[in-house]
Amino acid sequence: MTLLEVKDLSVSVADNAILKGLNLVVNPGEVHAIMGPNGSGKSTLANVLAGKPDYQVTSGSIWLNDSNIEDLEPHERAHAGIFLAFQYPVEVPGVSNMEFLKASLDCLAKARDEPQPNAGAFLKRVRKIAQTLDLNPEFLKRGVNEGFSGGEKKRNEILQLLLLEPQLAVLDETDSGLDIDALQVVAQGVNSYRNENNGVVLITHYQRLLEYIVPDYVHVLADGKIVQSGDKGLAQELEKKGYAWLT
Amino acid sequence: MSHSVNELVGRNADYAAGFVTHTEAETLAPGLDESVVRFISAKKNEPAWLTQWRLQSFEYWQSMQAPKWAHVQFPPLKFDDISYYSAPKSQADGPKSLDEVDPELLRTYEKLGIPLHEQEALAGVVNAKPNVAIDVVFDSVSITTTFKAKLAEAGVIFCPISEAVHSHGDLIKRYLGSVVPQRDNFYAALNSAVFSDGSFVYIPKGVRCPMELSTYFRINERNTGQFERTLIIADEGSHVSYLEGCTAPMRDENQLHAAVVELIAMDDAEIKYSTVQNWYPGDVNGKGGIYNFVTKRGICKHRAKISWTQVETGSAITWKYPSVVLRGDDSVGEFYSVALTNNLQQADTGTKMIHLGKNTKSTIISKGISTGRSQNTYRGLVRMSPTATNARNFTQCDSLLIGDSCGAHTFPYIENGNSTSIVEHEASTSKVSDDQLFACQQRGIDPEKAVSMIVNGFCKDVFRELPMEFAVEAGKLLEVSLEGAVG
Repeated sequence: MTLLEVKDLSVSVADNAILKGLNLVVNPGEVHAIMGPNGSGKSTLANVLAGKPDYQVTSGSIWLNDSNIEDLEPHERAHAGIFLAFQYPVEVPGVSNMEFLKASLDCLAKARDEPQPNAGAFLKRVRKIAQTLDLNPEFLKRGVNEGFSGGEKKRNEILQLLLLEPQLAVLDETDSGLDIDALQVVAQGVNSYRNENNGVVLITHYQRLLEYIVPDYVHVLADGKIVQSGDKGLAQELEKKGYAWLT
Repeated sequence: MSHSVNELVGRNADYAAGFVTHTEAETLAPGLDESVVRFISAKKNEPAWLTQWRLQSFEYWQSMQAPKWAHVQFPPLKFDDISYYSAPKSQADGPKSLDEVDPELLRTYEKLGIPLHEQEALAGVVNAKPNVAIDVVFDSVSITTTFKAKLAEAGVIFCPISEAVHSHGDLIKRYLGSVVPQRDNFYAALNSAVFSDGSFVYIPKGVRCPMELSTYFRINERNTGQFERTLIIADEGSHVSYLEGCTAPMRDENQLHAAVVELIAMDDAEIKYSTVQNWYPGDVNGKGGIYNFVTKRGICKHRAKISWTQVETGSAITWKYPSVVLRGDDSVGEFYSVALTNNLQQADTGTKMIHLGKNTKSTIISKGISTGRSQNTYRGLVRMSPTATNARNFTQCDSLLIGDSCGAHTFPYIENGNSTSIVEHEASTSKVSDDQLFACQQRGIDPEKAVSMIVNGFCKDVFRELPMEFAVEAGKLLEVSLEGAVG
């Protein structure tokens, strides 16, 4: 069974065609890096997988575990196992990180007919994950992303990834704005998440992140299509030659 | 397939308290003249001074005009179409012990989740608020007051004001109208003429009231107005926490609730007054609902403290400014408010902090939430009089918009009459954005829960101020009131 299959997907935002017939297959246990120049449609791919409003699928289809998901609302896609680490995490003032994480876990458990996590065990687990990400436990009491630094926001996304354990993680430029130490912490987090049952779609501008999270496949997205696929060697080639030779 | 914030707003909500109690009532024919004032006074067997006081108020009222400065719109009220007195027939002889109360009325409160049986309340059954004494006002009369005996042990007086007129006539005579004078404003004058019932509280010197006091107001009868009158006196060094709640059936006509609440905090006393206002707000098209035109004011003597906390989710129109006159030196006034408007509701609410004494302090935290096609206004006055040396005020006034068809307005008035006082005003306006909603949904949280979580986060500073039992209730009420907004 494939984990994710994107078939001939075309997507418009406000009547501008962004994706133009994109194909992608992710099997369980695989990490796919999506690279490409600015404006090629990388973030659009991430958002459309998560079901963001205003992204209109004009043709093609998206399948998760062989079920069609285009008609699912964003929260239903989350219930089905899709996770998006945001490029620009939003603030939710007054709602503590802890409260938010608990609400998220509770909703996911409810949607999947699983028992709600016990509050004590939950707390312990969150604290432990926070520690592995070098996040001060005090940070859990603060409002979601409220006054967080850029690095804290990105680490917070990874904390959510590790806590929610989705089947498919889509990371939208999680490396942008991180210094080298934070980048390593984030990469370690993603690596500890990886297993044979889940998959990662890693969207990035730079080859640098791929030194820490080693992908099984590298795809180059240009003008709304995947124009080249290869292994990690492709990323190194791109680092040297840029994108121009492909487009 | 996906919701944007705009698609979510403006659906209809369930108003759980919207049912009608079918009980035979004695309702005065609509209309207002001197004979109506006399009728109400006679009905309550009032002493001559009070009848005169009412008649004088009525005279004042006749010469006054309804205020027009509020940011609300409604056709002029026809005061002759309103009935000014209605009481269930079974209650004709005034408040009774619980065994004698009409079972139909008891069922009403059971449905509303208000425990009237003391044993049940104590045992923690039926949504019990374990440590709360309740006075229950149904249309124009008080039905029953719980825990009177227990309170009496502490010397606390908690009874319907109609009863206090007889049992504690001296206190009523001395303090009625002492904080909100008869001709304070149009609606206060009307209330002074025709007030029906409400609560009276007296806390003796140095006593910390052993339980929360609460009054539950219910409008039931069609075409009636409710004119609640509440008077709370906290004697020197005493402490009391009081909460009022209100609901009404769903009806197509607008109904008037014009209350007056007076608080007196003597030297070193503290009064905490909380309101959870859930009057029927009208339907999705703005038909029906309560006009809630209320005057609430407290006066602080030396080192006294009055704290108003309000959660306003109901009423078609709210016109309400719980205020504090900081007369004594070192006294403290606080106002914490959450006002939520949905559909076509209009709210013009805020506070007045009148600083007279030295070193007086006031804090105003106002959170306005507008959704649907509603209009939500904060209006507040901070006055530092020349005598209020070293006085301080801090005001924070935040508005949250959900959808793009609603309005939020802020009218702060600051009058500083001396050079030693400090006045701070902070304000913000924000929206529940599509991005926030999407971010929550992406983590598996459904849109209804997401919006209610975002709104609750926004209100956190105010909910913190509510008595524990009611903070949870307020959160839930907000969720229900938002249901219209978020499907």
